[in-house]
Amino acid sequence: MVSKEEVKQTAEMCKLKLSQEETDIFIAMFSNVLEQVEKLNTVDTDGVEALNFLNLKEKSLREDIVEDSLNREEVLKNAPEQEYGYFKLLRVMD
Amino acid sequence: MDIVKLTAIEMREKLKNKEISSKEIVNAHFDRIEEIEGDLNSFITLTKEEALRAADRVDNKIKNGENLGILAGIPVGVKDNIITKDIRTTCGSKILENFIPPYEATVIEKIKNADGIILGKTNMDEFAASYSTETSYFGVTKNPIDRDRVPGGSSGGSTAAIKAGEVALALGSDTGGSNRQPASYCGVVGIKPTYGLVSRYGLISLANSLDQIGTFGRNVADAALMLEAIVGQDAKDPTSMDIEKVDYLGRLKEGIEGMKIALPKEYMSMDIDNRVKEQIMKSVKLLEKLGGEVEEVSLPHSEHAWSTYYLIVVSEISSNMARFDGIRYGYRTKDYETLDELYINSRTEGFGEEIKRSIIAGTYILSSKKGKEYYNKALKVRTLIKEDFDKVFEEYDIVLAPTTPNLPFKIGDSVKNPFEMYNSGIFNIPANLAGLCAISLPCGYVDGLPVGLQIMGDRFKELNILKAAYAFEEELSIGGER
Amino acid sequence: MGYKTIIGLEIHVELMTKTKIFCSCINAFGGDANTHCCPVCLGLPGSIPKLNKAVLEYGIRAGIAFNCQIADYVKMDKKHYFYPDLVKGYQTSQDDRPLCRDGYVEIENEAGSKKIGLQRIHIEEDTGKSIHTEGGDTLIDYNRAGVPLIEIVTKPDINTSEEARMFLENLRNTLKYIEVSDCKMEEGSLRCDVNINVIDTETGNKTNITELKNLNSFKAVVNAIEYEEKRHIDYLERGENTIKETRRWNELENKTLVMRGKGGTENYRYSVDVDVLPVKIDRDWIEEIKNNLPELPHHKKERFIKEYDLPEYDAGVLTQSKEIAQFYEETNRYAKDPKQVSNWIMGDVLRRLNDEELEVEDLKFKPKDLADLIGFINNGKISNNIGKKVLRDMFETGEKPEEIIKKKGLIQISDEGELKGIVEKVLHENQQSIIDYRNGKDRALGFLIGQVMKSTRGKANPQMVNEMVKEMIEKR
Repeated sequence: MVSKEEVKQTAEMCKLKLSQEETDIFIAMFSNVLEQVEKLNTVDTDGVEALNFLNLKEKSLREDIVEDSLNREEVLKNAPEQEYGYFKLLRVMD
Repeated sequence: MDIVKLTAIEMREKLKNKEISSKEIVNAHFDRIEEIEGDLNSFITLTKEEALRAADRVDNKIKNGENLGILAGIPVGVKDNIITKDIRTTCGSKILENFIPPYEATVIEKIKNADGIILGKTNMDEFAASYSTETSYFGVTKNPIDRDRVPGGSSGGSTAAIKAGEVALALGSDTGGSNRQPASYCGVVGIKPTYGLVSRYGLISLANSLDQIGTFGRNVADAALMLEAIVGQDAKDPTSMDIEKVDYLGRLKEGIEGMKIALPKEYMSMDIDNRVKEQIMKSVKLLEKLGGEVEEVSLPHSEHAWSTYYLIVVSEISSNMARFDGIRYGYRTKDYETLDELYINSRTEGFGEEIKRSIIAGTYILSSKKGKEYYNKALKVRTLIKEDFDKVFEEYDIVLAPTTPNLPFKIGDSVKNPFEMYNSGIFNIPANLAGLCAISLPCGYVDGLPVGLQIMGDRFKELNILKAAYAFEEELSIGGER
Repeated sequence: MGYKTIIGLEIHVELMTKTKIFCSCINAFGGDANTHCCPVCLGLPGSIPKLNKAVLEYGIRAGIAFNCQIADYVKMDKKHYFYPDLVKGYQTSQDDRPLCRDGYVEIENEAGSKKIGLQRIHIEEDTGKSIHTEGGDTLIDYNRAGVPLIEIVTKPDINTSEEARMFLENLRNTLKYIEVSDCKMEEGSLRCDVNINVIDTETGNKTNITELKNLNSFKAVVNAIEYEEKRHIDYLERGENTIKETRRWNELENKTLVMRGKGGTENYRYSVDVDVLPVKIDRDWIEEIKNNLPELPHHKKERFIKEYDLPEYDAGVLTQSKEIAQFYEETNRYAKDPKQVSNWIMGDVLRRLNDEELEVEDLKFKPKDLADLIGFINNGKISNNIGKKVLRDMFETGEKPEEIIKKKGLIQISDEGELKGIVEKVLHENQQSIIDYRNGKDRALGFLIGQVMKSTRGKANPQMVNEMVKEMIEKR
């Protein structure tokens, strides 16, 4: 079970805002999920390694050789706002 | 001759034999699109001009007697989470509604190099995070078989487009069944390749450790052709592997005499629609008849696959979605005075409900002590699930399962009962967790609705599942419309 | 009554690899805004990072130089927070398995030498840079996004601002020596944060840790530490405690101020970056890097003492920076007079550089020029004093010593006949001084010699003049 307060704090952390109704739906669904997930505790994982990588290989590193960057037009093409070749944010208070 | 009913391979042959031109093929498909798209909504973006230009290039090559690529003249649909240079790529989300990428996904380069013709970007669940294609910002896609039903998801736009003859081949992506479940619901063939067989460079990540680009066709050979065009190690994707290239099409017909086939007992005792189960049991018989040796096996950690998957997928989602902030690209709110408001309002307005829930769930998992414990547990259980399969594949060539435990559900039903929808991926998830290859192909119809058979293979053993699927399809002969 | 200050440093250093950490974009300071960017370093959706081998190599070099243990294998982790400079909503860094751990840097204080422990060195990516316009808008340049960094975290072993300064100077010197970074604080390629608190050694009471940011020079680090030391002690004396917070150094007001908006500890939600495959660090590779490591400062110092027979003090000064050492060795290669070269560099050259706050790289003349100058003095062509004047010209114009000497007619007069005539004339004009000298006033001799030098504008060979004046007075 998660509390409304926890959901609110979590949403803040990932820069989202849920309405009251959305919060209720989330809590209902997520509590259900957590109940299911709890069953994982019945699995004996003593001495078992975590699986983060499916593929391992000897050579995955890149040599330190310069290649072309994008041109600036392409870099800025999708910018909601830009000026003087920079991405721009309107006056924001930090 | 109804061009749009031909298989991809037939189209290519007729093109090579100069029976039809590439331009004719493209035009025939756009005619079909115009006819049906208003109701079906398989596409988010159509690229007719580019397609006609590409067709001209192919026709010129033919005229000049130049060599043709293996996808020559074949119309392809591309799921809209695969980056296309200069062509809008939305991921089915408002937050990327106007995103025009300045670069190309590796698979798109490969399709173009193979002379394939991309007709457009297909609809999908927002960021590929659901199973019905109802969560797209660009509207629901209908199932061409029964337009009151969903096509499945998240690659529902691709499978609907193929089934409806809008394209002959398509790309999708599969994180927890997003290729196989909609293939099953739309009665087409969908392949989820082994993790690392196909470059993910340019696939917008949902969950990096699970995602893999996959292919669709109306029959096994077509889907295999599409796969053959996009495989290969890519310097831009370190997780892609150097695997010796296999001639899938050339070896499809080798048959399955003596093939060792595993049927996991845990799967068959799960909650499956009886009508689906019946079709699967019939399919097992058919494979035996074809010379396969079927035996029951055990995958002891099967019941934990869903929880394991859930914890990993939402955690990775929350991380992957963090870059969408409206600063460098994508949707930016009009309504902000502080930096925090810029972030919160852009993201809250730009993301749909379902993906927001996943982000918050994943953030909770990674930020809370309890969540982090579950997450670390899930990573270990993932190892056990993979080891279950490793053991089975020591003795067996393929593993059988239903693609989904249910039949395509009605549009709108998933909102009422989300858990049933999540449940539809229950047999797909294990292949993603273990990084296996898998294919879904039609194995029968129940009340006019298709049932999919899933065949899983060991890592990088695509040939096994393709051979079995091909033999099965030949015997059943309901797969392709030929 | 006694207080003990406890200081730990976190230093970010930009590596001077050719390309960025995860893509092939050029790693260079400056450049037009947003021209060193690609899908990967912009964090565009669908892009995949690919780790630069040189970043590991440079990190390992630093680890070896600072006596660290090098990890067996490396993975990258994602550190999540939102900031406009950060393109992915997370920084790809290292959490629980840093590339290097448990090293130290040795400093010399009054009590002798002291080891400052290093907790860890890890690799990570730098962020972009925001600038704020007068109108209050924010403009962002992502050229720096993805530039490779190492973060060096010390143990809380530093107890004074002076130790902090010595530590940083040592660290910078070494990093430059091993060609890992150019360590230019003004360009941000070396950045330092300070963690500081104070313990009352009698009561055992201690203040909460303050984190200090925005320290743009070693001087700022020293001043900020001293400011905070006092602030913390004031709290202790009042029987109060400081707030655990982050403060920024304000250079203009010479004080630290609370940074806004950083309440509570951030939850970074670390998770493994599964796109960057783990790398096994081969022990052979470490050996190879070790064998190819450029000479470290203390090794160089020892070698200078042995090879050039220099006093320890000289060797220490000359190896304080790689550039000085290099300048010394090159000059000596031509001059072949280790002690003289050392004297000139330690004396006139470094003094002038310090006065003008310049670096050896800024010198307008070459080591060969200095060697020539020393040669001219040694073979008597010019006097030592003239040599100093010539060097001043070389500083300003970069002209060759030869040309300066020729142009200004500074060649020493060593011709006996010519000198005799001049001395004779001076003696003739200064009869009283001769009498004074004979009456035992030694100063008069100095005056006469000075007059000879003056009338030759310093060009007379001073040794010869000295002897000649005495001799000729005797003879009169």
